[in-house]
Amino acid sequence: MPDQPGKSAIEVRGVRKVFGTGDAQVAALDTVSVSIRENEFFTLLGPSGCGKTTLLRLIAGFDFPSEGEILLHGHDIAPLPPFKRPVNTVFQSYALFPHMTVAENIGFGLEMLGKPKTEIKARVAEMLKLVKMEALSARRTSQISGGQQQRVALARALAPQPKVLLLDEPLSALDYKLRKEMQIELKRLQHQTGITFIFVTHDQEEALTMSDRIAVMSAGKILQVGTPWDIYDRPAERFVADFIGETNFLTAAITGIGNGKARATLKSGVTIDATVAEGFQPKANATLVVRPEHAKLTGGKGDLSGTVENIVYFGTDTHIHVQLDSGEAFTVRQQNTRSAGCGFERGDKVGVSIGNDAAQVLRD
Amino acid sequence: MARSFAIKHQPGFTAIAATCFVVLYLPIVILVVYAFNAATSTSEWGGFSLKWFQSAWQNTQVIDATLRSFQIGAIAATLATIAATMAALATTRTAAYPGLTFKYAAINQPLMVPEIVTGVALLIFFSRIKIFTGYSGLGYLIAAHTAFCIPFAYLPIRARLENMDLTLERAAADLYATPWRTFRRITLPLLWPGILAGLMLAFVISLDDVVITEFVKSGGQDTLPTYMLGQIRRGITPEINAISTVFLLLSVAIVTLFFFISRKRD
Repeated sequence: MPDQPGKSAIEVRGVRKVFGTGDAQVAALDTVSVSIRENEFFTLLGPSGCGKTTLLRLIAGFDFPSEGEILLHGHDIAPLPPFKRPVNTVFQSYALFPHMTVAENIGFGLEMLGKPKTEIKARVAEMLKLVKMEALSARRTSQISGGQQQRVALARALAPQPKVLLLDEPLSALDYKLRKEMQIELKRLQHQTGITFIFVTHDQEEALTMSDRIAVMSAGKILQVGTPWDIYDRPAERFVADFIGETNFLTAAITGIGNGKARATLKSGVTIDATVAEGFQPKANATLVVRPEHAKLTGGKGDLSGTVENIVYFGTDTHIHVQLDSGEAFTVRQQNTRSAGCGFERGDKVGVSIGNDAAQVLRD
Repeated sequence: MARSFAIKHQPGFTAIAATCFVVLYLPIVILVVYAFNAATSTSEWGGFSLKWFQSAWQNTQVIDATLRSFQIGAIAATLATIAATMAALATTRTAAYPGLTFKYAAINQPLMVPEIVTGVALLIFFSRIKIFTGYSGLGYLIAAHTAFCIPFAYLPIRARLENMDLTLERAAADLYATPWRTFRRITLPLLWPGILAGLMLAFVISLDDVVITEFVKSGGQDTLPTYMLGQIRRGITPEINAISTVFLLLSVAIVTLFFFISRKRD
C-alpha cells in the first residue's frame, strides 16, 4: 500500500518538552518532528509515559514547547493560548459542563466564537443529528450514559468546525462492545466531516483498525511513522515490532544488501531473503522479525528446525510454540479448519519454513 | 476473619454519646424555656408568659444593636467572601511553589491567633487612625469583621475548588472561551454552592463575635452580643433569654436557608 503524501495540516518541527529544572529535568518529548496531513486519521500510539499525550497537549495549547515549532497550515501556533487555536479536543474524561444541557454543551464553542443565535441553533441541531442524539438534547449531561456522553463530547468538539480534532484516548472508559461501535462511529465521522483527526491511544488494535497513519512513540521519541500496514509488516525497530502484535525475533548474519533487500543467514545455516528497515546501518549481525502467521510448520525439513513445545487453541487459529535447535523460541500461527487437530503434537520434531518476503531486518 | 471495628458496638458508647448531647443541648433548652418565664428570675419558674419577648421588642437598644449586627454582618460577610473567593482561586489554580503553604497559613491566620491578641492590636491600630482622620464610624468594625471572616469563607470555597475538575476549564478554553468568560460561564456557576456556604459561615461568625467587637467598637456601637454582655453585668432577667432565643432561631433559619439554596444549586 503506497503512502500518498498530501498537504500538511499540522507540522511539528523539532519540538522538545522538558519538565522540571536542573537535575530533576525530564524530557517528555525529545526533539519530535512529524507532519500530519489534511483530512487524515492520524494516531499517536505508545505505552503510557511515551509522550503522546504531551504532544497532543502542545498541539491543543494546554502546554507550550520548550523548543521547536508547531505549524497549523503553515502558521506557528506554538505560542498561542488554546482559545485562539482553531483546534478542538475530545477529552479522555469528556469534560462535559455539568451545569448545562446537551444542546448548551454542543453550542458552547460557537457561542464563544460570537456566532448569531440562529446559526448556533441550526448547527447544534445538525451536530445532534450527526451523533444521533436528537432525542436527548434537553437532558443534563449527568442524566445520560457513558456512550452518550462520548457522543456529546464529539459533537461539542466538532461543532465549531475545527481545522484539526484532537482525541485523547476517548474510548478508554467504554466497555468492549461500545468501544467497537464507537471505533466505527469515529471513522464515519472523520469521513463525513473531512476534518483531520489526531487520535491518541495505547491500544495497538484500535490504532491498526482506525488509522490512516500511525506514529509509534516510546520514551519521548517517535520511532516510526507509517500506514498500519507499514507499522505491522515493516516495523523499523524492535520496540515497534514488539509493541504491535505478536512477533518472532531471530538473529541472522547479513551477507549482502541491495535494492531494499538483504541476504540473511539464519543460525540454522539457511540463507533467506528479507526486506530491510529504513535507516538500517550495514552490520554483520542483525535482528530479523517474522510474524507468526507468515511462517509455516512442516513435518520435514524447513528453514529452521526444532521441537513443538506447546499448542494453544484460539478458535480461529492455533498458536504452536516451537523450541528451535538454535536455542531461540518461535511461534507459528496456523489458521484452523473444521477437521480435528492442527496436525502436530507436543514433542514433534518439526521444520519451520519462512514464507517468501516474510522476514524484515530491523535497524536496531 | 475479624469483625470490622464498629464504634457503635463498643462498651460505653451510648452513655458517652448521651452525656455529650445533654451537655451540649440541655443548657440551651433551659435557656429557651426560661425565656417564657413570668417571674423575673432565670432559675425559678413562675408560670408561662411572653412578656420578656414584648419587653425586648420594645427595647430600642435591643432593636438598634440587632440592626447594627445585621448591617455589619452583611457587609463584612460579602467583602470577606469576595476576598476569600479570589484567594481560593489564586491558591488552587496554580502549580505548587515554595511559599504556597506559608500563604495558606497567612490567609488562615485569624483562626490561629488568639482573638484577644487581634482585638488589642486592632484597638491600638484603629485608635491611631481615629486620631489621624477623625472618623469614628462603623468602618472599623466592618474592617475588623471582614478580616476575621475571611478564613471562614475561604475554607468551603477552597474545598469546592479542589474538588472541581480542572479539565472543565481547559475544555472551555479549548472551545474559544477567554479566561474571563471561562470564569463567568464555567468556574463561577460550579463554585456557587461553595461561595454561598462561605458567605453563610462568614455571616454567622460575624453575628456571633464578642471579643474583637468589644475592643474595636466606639461608644454607641453595640452589636447584639456586646449589648447582651453589658446587660448581664447589670443583673440578669429573662429578657436576655428571650433575645437569645430569637437570636438562636434566626441563626438556625439562616443556616437552614443557605443549606437548601446550596443543595438546590448542586
